[in-house]
Amino acid sequence: MLLKPNVSVHNLNVFYGKDHVLHDVSVEIPNKKITVIIGPSGCGKTTLLKSFNRLIDSVDGVKVTGEVLVDGENIYDPKAEVTHIRKKMGLLSQRPYPLPMSIYDNVAYGPRLCGEKNKKKLDRIVEHFLHTASLWDEVKDKLNSPAARLSVGQQQRLCLARGLAVGPEIILGDEPTSALDPKSSKHIEERFMELKQYYTIILVTHILRQAKRLADYVLFLYMGRLIEHGPAKEIFENPKEKMTKEYIQGIIS
Amino acid sequence: MMRGLAVASTLIVVLIALALFMRSKPILALKPLTTLLFSTAWHPSRGEFGFLAFIAGTLWVTLVASFIAIPVCILASIYLSEYADKRLREWIGPFIDILAGIPSVVYGMWGVLVIVPLVKNIIAPLFGGYSAGYSVLAGGLVLAVMISPVIIHISVEVLRTVPSDLKQASLALGATKWETIKFVVMKRAMPGMIAASVLGLSRAFGETIAVMMVVGNVARIPRTVFDPAYPLPALIANNYGEMLSIPLYDSGLLFAALLLLLVVIYFNVVSKMILSGSKWSLYYNG
Amino acid sequence: MDKKNNIHVRRLEENIFKSLMVFSTGAIVLALALILWTVIRKGLPHLSLGMLTQAPKSGYYLGKDGGILNAILGSLYLTGGAALLAILVSLPVVLYLNVYLKKGSPLAYIARFSFDILWGIPSIVYGAFGFTIMLLFGVKSSLLGGMIAVTFLIFPIMSRSMDEVVRMVPGELMDASYALGATKLETAFKVVVRQALPGISTAVLISFGRGIGDAASLIFTAGFTDSLPTSLLAPAATLPLAIFFQFGTPMPEVQGRAYASALTLTLIILVISVAARLLTRKFTKHVV
Repeated sequence: MLLKPNVSVHNLNVFYGKDHVLHDVSVEIPNKKITVIIGPSGCGKTTLLKSFNRLIDSVDGVKVTGEVLVDGENIYDPKAEVTHIRKKMGLLSQRPYPLPMSIYDNVAYGPRLCGEKNKKKLDRIVEHFLHTASLWDEVKDKLNSPAARLSVGQQQRLCLARGLAVGPEIILGDEPTSALDPKSSKHIEERFMELKQYYTIILVTHILRQAKRLADYVLFLYMGRLIEHGPAKEIFENPKEKMTKEYIQGIIS
Repeated sequence: MMRGLAVASTLIVVLIALALFMRSKPILALKPLTTLLFSTAWHPSRGEFGFLAFIAGTLWVTLVASFIAIPVCILASIYLSEYADKRLREWIGPFIDILAGIPSVVYGMWGVLVIVPLVKNIIAPLFGGYSAGYSVLAGGLVLAVMISPVIIHISVEVLRTVPSDLKQASLALGATKWETIKFVVMKRAMPGMIAASVLGLSRAFGETIAVMMVVGNVARIPRTVFDPAYPLPALIANNYGEMLSIPLYDSGLLFAALLLLLVVIYFNVVSKMILSGSKWSLYYNG
Repeated sequence: MDKKNNIHVRRLEENIFKSLMVFSTGAIVLALALILWTVIRKGLPHLSLGMLTQAPKSGYYLGKDGGILNAILGSLYLTGGAALLAILVSLPVVLYLNVYLKKGSPLAYIARFSFDILWGIPSIVYGAFGFTIMLLFGVKSSLLGGMIAVTFLIFPIMSRSMDEVVRMVPGELMDASYALGATKLETAFKVVVRQALPGISTAVLISFGRGIGDAASLIFTAGFTDSLPTSLLAPAATLPLAIFFQFGTPMPEVQGRAYASALTLTLIILVISVAARLLTRKFTKHVV
């Protein structure tokens, strides 16, 4: 059976004030795969990613037209409940931003917002997702110490656990390894490879080699336009567009 | 030469404290500190100098002002930095900053014309009390308005330092904007907010003319906010004329100035230490 | 748990707090606007050219003719003198902190810390301090006495505001100047001051605005007189005290003049403050 895609984008345009940042983007993101958005910096990768969970709402003077369907619901519908949409997605940003609280509270933050008060249940959730992010062994003895004390690599895995704890279907990653050392990056990449059997993963990266390692499906953005998209193999080995080819060969960047 | 000037200017605080201390020495030599601070007997012509009523007056007025101003200002600064759209923010911010420059004598005048009648005719009867209008509450209200721009200005600056990525991290987890503010932004901004409030408090503590015009200046410990009070700065300002004709009076008033100075320095050092915040710095890197 | 219900309660909480915030912001803006409105409404009918161009004549405080020129001039002279004195101290100190001292120098840290504390000291304390200095040197209440007190009052404001802008002068600019063989002194006064001039002017304006509105530091030190200021050593009238004294009389006529004086002073301060702001805006436009 063919699954309806979690995320599909129709004629999405985004303006920041007078700047037209995304031009008429339409694409279907495949389920339970890793989709990687590539393109030179400033091409609108992050904007596209953050339009999926409406984090661009907080930009001053932002205007959005077109629609983004998540599970068939247009998230830009004025009646849509934005917290509900965001709960469907976990976000990893370029640098990890642990919330100013303990490791435990970071992971329990989302579930608590949804009204989960049962201490035992919370304990179980925290332990489970710290395991999933393969952080449990490193932090199990200091769950109550401030999250900011962890190393950057650990913090990013904590952010992963925190994002998974709200029970999302989709994981969004905005160059999630760019602030990490090679070893921590590898750690995160391995998590993605494991998680893709359960989650739809959408990543932004400017590292082509990383894109090649991880991607099942690729979107190539240039100057706010979606130039080409398709299965990773096709895009990397046999791109249709000249611009995609030049980007992949490193002629434009 | 420039170095000398720099060092000298650094020592002005010490110089002021020393000068006031030297001038308060005569009264400190004659009266025990406890009498000065904890007696209410105030008869300079008989040589009795108990500052308690004035100290109490200052504390009352300052506390009432802070009690009104701090929550209101914190809510307003959150609104301005997190909710208000850009255009509104760009108007209200400068408006508040510019009006912060209105001289205190004008605040005092406004207090007499607007706040005093308000307290006398509306607020006091509403709570079943009587007030001549010139009262702790009037002083507190005028002060609250006066210190608001200071508190808001600093609080907004502090809130602006909270990285937007941190807020987005919380929003991405399904938090509402208010939950993000409550659990994340406020936690990060708390030290700065406290420092802003302490600075506002210290401003209120030393404000003279505006308070003096509306507070009634009766040297008795106020029992309710509807009673008049006589804060220390008003005492100093009101009696400059006679102070040289009564023995020890000038020394007494400069002792009052020294008290003000020490308390204000204490407040400022505390807020400065909070702002540089070693204790919270752990939560700061994010 | 019922998700729909949960988000209802959470949204309700948000809306309650949001209303409180709007209310608080509105209350403060309204109170400040009300002050401005009160001053204008009360002051405008009493404001006349005669008020601004004459000194008080005999019987002025009983409602007879005259104006507040004595106080206007007194305030301008006094604050102008104080601002000048404060520049003479602030500028070299600020340049020293930023050009001569290395980043992280303890003296610079202590100096900034102490200026911040000075900034917080109430003006009545500066008045009392100025008074003790005057006693020490045998100066009576006078223009000079007031000037000294106000100089101390605005020195920290001026230094800290100047410091903020001088700090922004790029180190590369100073390096370029050294590379051309300039000494530190030349670099400080020719390059840094020129680069930061708009910001320095803003600092001076802000301090002037603060000084001209202050009353508590002048009660002891400047005295009051009905004649125009002529000598540094004679008492001088000032606007804030003129407002205070006229407002305190029972005569409605004189109170009216207090309102007009208050309007005058407020206008002077607002004009200065807006000018300072425009200057900063222009300045930052050039930098970016």
